[in-house]
Amino acid sequence: MSAAEERIYDNSDMDVSGRENDQTDQYLTFIMASEEYGVDILSVQEIRGWESVTPIPNAPSHVKGVINLRGTIVPIIDLRQRFGLDKVEYGPLTVVIVLKVATKKGARVMGIVVDAVSDVYSLAVDDMKSAPDLGDHVNTQYIKGLVNVNNKMVILLDINELLGADTIPDVSINAIKEIKDSQQ
Amino acid sequence: MSIDLSQFHQVFFEESFEGLQVMESSLLDLDCESVDSETINSIFRAAHSIKGSSSTFGFVDVAEFTHVLETLLDQVREGSRQLVPDLVDLLLQSVDCLRGMLTSLQAHEPVNTEQSTILIGVFHDILEGREPAASASESVSEVNPPPQDKPVAAAQSAAEDEVVTWHIRFVPDVNLLRTGNEPLRMFRELAEMGELEVHADVSKVPDLGGLNSEECHLCWDLYLSTTKSKSDIEEIFEWVVDESDITIAATAGLFGSTPVPAAEDDLDAPVKDVEAAVITAPGKEKPTEKQPAAKGGAQPVAGKSSESTSIRVSIEKIDSLVNLVGELVITQSMLGQLGTEFDMNKLQKLQEGLAQLEHNTRELQESVMRIRMLPISFTFNRFPRMVRDLSKQLGKKIELKLIGEQTELDKTVMEKIGDPLVHLVRNALDHGLESPKDRRDAGKPETGTIVLNAFHQGGNIMIEIIDDGRGLNREKILAKARANGVIGDDEVLNDDQIQELIFQPGFSTAEQVSDVSGRGVGMDVVRRNILELNGSIEVKSVEGEGSTFTIRLPLTLAILDGQLIDVGGQTFIIPLVSIVESLQPDMKLINHVAGGCDVFRLRNEYIPIIKLWEIFGVVPHSMDLSESLLVVVEVGNAKVALVVDDLLGQQQVVIKSMETNYKKVDGISGATILGDGTVSLILDITDLIHMAGVHQQSKNGLKLVSSKTRAA
Repeated sequence: MSAAEERIYDNSDMDVSGRENDQTDQYLTFIMASEEYGVDILSVQEIRGWESVTPIPNAPSHVKGVINLRGTIVPIIDLRQRFGLDKVEYGPLTVVIVLKVATKKGARVMGIVVDAVSDVYSLAVDDMKSAPDLGDHVNTQYIKGLVNVNNKMVILLDINELLGADTIPDVSINAIKEIKDSQQ
Repeated sequence: MSIDLSQFHQVFFEESFEGLQVMESSLLDLDCESVDSETINSIFRAAHSIKGSSSTFGFVDVAEFTHVLETLLDQVREGSRQLVPDLVDLLLQSVDCLRGMLTSLQAHEPVNTEQSTILIGVFHDILEGREPAASASESVSEVNPPPQDKPVAAAQSAAEDEVVTWHIRFVPDVNLLRTGNEPLRMFRELAEMGELEVHADVSKVPDLGGLNSEECHLCWDLYLSTTKSKSDIEEIFEWVVDESDITIAATAGLFGSTPVPAAEDDLDAPVKDVEAAVITAPGKEKPTEKQPAAKGGAQPVAGKSSESTSIRVSIEKIDSLVNLVGELVITQSMLGQLGTEFDMNKLQKLQEGLAQLEHNTRELQESVMRIRMLPISFTFNRFPRMVRDLSKQLGKKIELKLIGEQTELDKTVMEKIGDPLVHLVRNALDHGLESPKDRRDAGKPETGTIVLNAFHQGGNIMIEIIDDGRGLNREKILAKARANGVIGDDEVLNDDQIQELIFQPGFSTAEQVSDVSGRGVGMDVVRRNILELNGSIEVKSVEGEGSTFTIRLPLTLAILDGQLIDVGGQTFIIPLVSIVESLQPDMKLINHVAGGCDVFRLRNEYIPIIKLWEIFGVVPHSMDLSESLLVVVEVGNAKVALVVDDLLGQQQVVIKSMETNYKKVDGISGATILGDGTVSLILDITDLIHMAGVHQQSKNGLKLVSSKTRAA
């Protein structure tokens, strides 16, 4: 593990002196199937508990439906199903992260269902490693990069790539595993 | 230093169009016998402000045209000119002409000055006391080359008009520029009157050190060769005459065609500009003797939608909004305070607070909605003019009555209802009302009446177009329908059904086509436009006594009357306007047609059944049709029956777009939020019919089935 890779900061000591000049971005991370994923915190609008949704007829299975977010109709996407992970029952701890996604047609507000919210990290851009080439069977377009936080890999997602497209590519759990294996 | 004037263009156009509207309606109100000075004044004011602002913005053509118009109006205002009907016609044509010019300016297109040049010519004739040609529209085609081409015109008119050279000594006040007056603009106007020479006197300009750029130390000697009178010249200096020293005196034609002496120094630069303006402004287009566009009802109103994106809201509406928001903030802080130290003793207070909040919210909602509301007179206003023109063209005597002009309507709805209304009124004029002779023969007064009536009914606005003409000829309609194959030979229709036929596509009885109506927009289009607005149209007619078209429109497009239904435990909404009826199906009346489509016999009709649960892929309470309900819906004459589990209730819903954050969903037109905060989807009936594969063509197929069954 290089020194550079260890320069990580969690939210408890965000204002690390002497680091202000370096370009750092803050990421909100969440847990899904015991993996930690991160999204740019600037795109996060709010975090909500799971509430029942109104299903959309003939929608793909990972689109759970729509909710009323203070008068706006917001679609909810199950990221587990989106990534081809096993479905879990939604409970009181299930979390919906409401994100603002930039698409070709302008900004859209969408919610993603995840297992739990984890932390907020300030990460230096330099520390980010781009995802390795994983061959044909993995689409790494939506992965902004990989980063090590306390010896744990965090997968940083490019939500604009992930949710912006109309057709949502299938991402299998094997792809995630392979990324992990190749990291270690 | 220059200000980008184009930022004010939009305001200018809006104001000018408003001014034109004022002019038009005032002109129509004018009674030539007894001229109301206030009406003339309002016409004059409108013309004057258009002139002023258009020259500020450098729209020379418009300014020039309005100037002539204004001169004429001024004489009428002073009582020195008698207002005759022909003159009113001419003025109305000028309004059209101006509107055309402004529309092209707004669209950044070159202005077609053809009509304006012709009209200017006519005005000049009138002004100079020449006998204006008998009728305006005729005269327009035979006018001399207009004096817009100044150099040419000046020379030409010299033979007839006395060209006087005026010497104008203009010594402005030091504060001339501070008061917002631009001498250059005045000179430009002068230059439009004839040949102008400008000599600037720079003797009083202080040294550069003592020069204040906001002060005006220049004075001018102007020599103007023109046919205009002294008062015309004085008028240009109207704004500055009080502060400045102006002497206007006639001189002999000293300066004939002498070129302006070379400018003495750089301060003469504006003068050069004036020169340039004289040369470039006129003659952009050679005036031709083409058939004038001003003839009859051909109004040069551009077909392009000039729908402005701004809206004028009265200050009272805004004030009431501000008040309500203030109230809301107070209630919110009260509730907030209550919340921080709440105990059960304060429950009563909390309930009161919540009630107040609800009250505030509802009022706020209503006020916000009202901002989008405009009185329907915005649409109705165009009809007096139209009726006037058409009645002349058709040789009919028509009285137009407008009732309920103050009825308010959503702006979007208003913009879209205009064209269908025009079509209906045209129809009533052309086909509905008889000629004076026919009316006399029928024992009716010669003057036909058309009434436009708007009023609120429930959550809807109703617009009635009533004429006392000949009414619909059912025999003719029926014969035509049979000939077209719209209905079968043996089908018997009741009166209402026959009247409905006129809304069928391609339905027009041959004799009806004329140049007034029958311009391609059929009644089917009228009906489709109205349906798109979630409205409906029906016709009642008594032969020989007249027809009444009734349009029903929702007050706003943002709210919809919905029927809540239950399909597989999910709540959907069907727009109430498309529901014909809801019923419990009698299994005996349901046939399974070979194609796999269930068909339900409702009285004389066979209606395809669409299973909503099948289309939406949900599990219904019961697959058995006998335990479900059928909702018969109609879109564009096609009826289908939707299978639903239950009917829940009716309510007004606010339409929210699904596309904002998601995408278009097949069979769904939008979403709404129910009272409990959950989202419910609104069905798109047209889409559903499409999805179910029941197309319009199948109607004929079903017709066949129906006649077979009947034969059997």
